[in-house]
Amino acid sequence: MELESISIRHADFDVGAEVEALSGAGTAGAVASFVGVVRGGGEQRDAVLAMTLEHYPGMTERALADIVVRARQRWALGGVRIIHRIGKLLPGERIVFVGVAGRHRHEAFAACEFIMDYLKTQAPFWKKEETAEGARWVDARDSDDAALARWQG
Amino acid sequence: MGVRILYFASLREALGSEGEQLELPAGVASVAALRTHLLVRGDAWLALSAPRIRAAVNQVLVADSATVTDGDEVAFFPPVTGG
Repeated sequence: MELESISIRHADFDVGAEVEALSGAGTAGAVASFVGVVRGGGEQRDAVLAMTLEHYPGMTERALADIVVRARQRWALGGVRIIHRIGKLLPGERIVFVGVAGRHRHEAFAACEFIMDYLKTQAPFWKKEETAEGARWVDARDSDDAALARWQG
Repeated sequence: MGVRILYFASLREALGSEGEQLELPAGVASVAALRTHLLVRGDAWLALSAPRIRAAVNQVLVADSATVTDGDEVAFFPPVTGG
């Protein structure tokens, strides 16, 4: 297995296969993973009917590779796998997978959260939501910046 | 000197352009100067000067003071919202 895999693509992914790939090397004692999903809004008038993800080809891959380098500077990690989907996605569909293998759970959990916090604030992706009332670009959230700041103190 | 400029997401829609190849006059040699240079095109281009609009040079996030040189790829975009 490659130690590292970064994939930007339209196609869905198999969470089980991704986790299996991280466990398979035999040296990890822990695999932590995160799956981000398109949140449906229920019955409200402005409920999200679909979402379109745009990115900056080239810079996205560089930014994600840089985030993994930063994570490896903080923790001794085994495999790291990041998948981010682009294009049109419906509520309930998977958007992103981050999986990290480590010797112990603490570093696997922490590195997985670290990578997501950096991805949310540094990787050039943008979401546009479609609702019954029209389309709107999603605003960046201060809470995501606050989450990132935890790692920078 | 020539630079390639890219616009993304809400900024791309506001400007009605995905990007362009542009010859810059002498003296336009920073991200800040490039923003100002493009402002003269009209009101829609005010969007480019909003403080929230980030810039990347050769696919690396930079401050407005960053230098722009011949052959660079300069991108402008709103705060990112992936994940």
